[in-house]
Amino acid sequence: MAEAAKKPTGTAYQPSGVSPSRRAGRSYSIRLWSVRHSRFLEVIYNLFADFFLKLHPFWKAIGYSRAEKPVKFIERNVKGLLFDCRMCGQCALSSTGMSCPMNCPKQLRNGPCGGVRANGHCEVEPDMPCVWVQAWKGSQNMAKGDAILNVQKPVDQSLRETSAWLRVTALAAKAKEAPAQDQGAVK
Amino acid sequence: MMNDTHPHDPGLPLEPLPGHSSRGRLERILRRGEFAVTAELNPPDSANPEDVYERAAIFEGWVDGINAVDASGANCHMSSVGICALLTRMGYAPIMQISARDRNRIAIQGDVLGASAMGVQNILCLTGDGVQTGDQPGAKPVFDLDCMSMLETIRTMRDEGKFLSGRKLTTPPGVFLGAAINPFAPPYDFRPYRLGKKIAAGAQFVQSQYVFDIPMFKEYMKKVVDLGYAEKCFILAGVGPMASAKTAKWIRTNVPGIHIPDNIIKRLEGAENQKQEGKQICIDMINEVKEIEGVSGIHVMAYRQEEYVAEIVHESGVLKGRQPWKREVSRSEAIAAAHATEVQEGQLQNQQDMVKAAATHQS
Repeated sequence: MAEAAKKPTGTAYQPSGVSPSRRAGRSYSIRLWSVRHSRFLEVIYNLFADFFLKLHPFWKAIGYSRAEKPVKFIERNVKGLLFDCRMCGQCALSSTGMSCPMNCPKQLRNGPCGGVRANGHCEVEPDMPCVWVQAWKGSQNMAKGDAILNVQKPVDQSLRETSAWLRVTALAAKAKEAPAQDQGAVK
Repeated sequence: MMNDTHPHDPGLPLEPLPGHSSRGRLERILRRGEFAVTAELNPPDSANPEDVYERAAIFEGWVDGINAVDASGANCHMSSVGICALLTRMGYAPIMQISARDRNRIAIQGDVLGASAMGVQNILCLTGDGVQTGDQPGAKPVFDLDCMSMLETIRTMRDEGKFLSGRKLTTPPGVFLGAAINPFAPPYDFRPYRLGKKIAAGAQFVQSQYVFDIPMFKEYMKKVVDLGYAEKCFILAGVGPMASAKTAKWIRTNVPGIHIPDNIIKRLEGAENQKQEGKQICIDMINEVKEIEGVSGIHVMAYRQEEYVAEIVHESGVLKGRQPWKREVSRSEAIAAAHATEVQEGQLQNQQDMVKAAATHQS
């Protein structure tokens, strides 16, 4: 018994792949592909957003609240595959070079922290290329890449797990209707 | 040379100047175009106020502001709010650091009001190191705001007199807003623009990470000056002595975001007295950075070598004979002093008697 007690206990059990944000040992190849093709994805997104806006009467007919669930399902899977989307509900991909800022362990929305490693990897997760180093690269290819220089508002946590696509469409439709209504009021 | 004392009573706090956002001396020095010196106070792991006073006393008369760090490196120490409360009580001029890592937007806005009420004139907004670097890696990282949105939030509080929610403040916090910059981490070409973003969000002064790579810093500063950012924001270059080559190597590999070139390590290794050489390197760095266009001052980070700050500042001659602040009374101190006399003179309110009197009066 005494002998057993004398034995060095060593370190406590450490599960494999533990990291503060539980994403160690992942492959980042698809996410990096999206950044490399940010120009292409920007064009696709613009076409898609226009198409979604055209569908506004349809969304209105079935009700935005009823559309939320299926649209969210598709959005989560498509963006999850391409960008490792975290469903923050307020997508900033267009102004972050198609690199999702919510994948940053500090969830920075306004650029890289000062801890980026010399090889361009993350301070918190040494295996992960810094989201914001990638964002800067991606934004250089995009037509409206300068949007990365805008100061982003803090994340509204109450919008988590909601569809950014529907929200943007609803807002765009409202903005489109507003001037028309104003004109009507003048007449 | 202008004198930073109250025209009527040298013991009183300074009156606000037009165009200034704070009543602090750091802002006055910088706006007057003098070379500013700030230093970092090593936060104690104790509940003893004397520890803070002792550590602040060695900076007295040598620096324009004392940084009260907020759990730097994610290591637990006395809080920056607590240190600032003690420092303002003693009449020192602290720069309160707030890290986004530990507090959400509700706590941060509350702390800003509290700090300003205590007489804190300068606030520095930081993102903060990740929790994994500290002594408690199992902590929950908050990061509700980032340094940029924190700057914007505090600027809105100060200039528009309202919270992030739009709710009005009766007295806005008059603070001089700062941020940090690190020109030595990738993506290098984005770094100057990031400073531009910080200025747009409200930064009025910035303190840089340790400068050991002069050519790299010069390149960064050139870009910053070309973009016109140096006119909109005061830039303080971070400097500090390394105790030995071993420490420098350890810091380089273990502390995120610090870039120390090999030639500095070699210079330290080659020296007979490494501590002395570390100090000399720091003085050399100061002499280099003070000549760079756009640099308005230095920020001395002499972790566990705070006693050398006075020597470093003296030997580099950056103050040019100027004596930074004398201690001054904060505005809240007058109210506290009045209360203290009341207590000493025994003019205490007897709550029970007051209630009794009110009750009998009513019936």
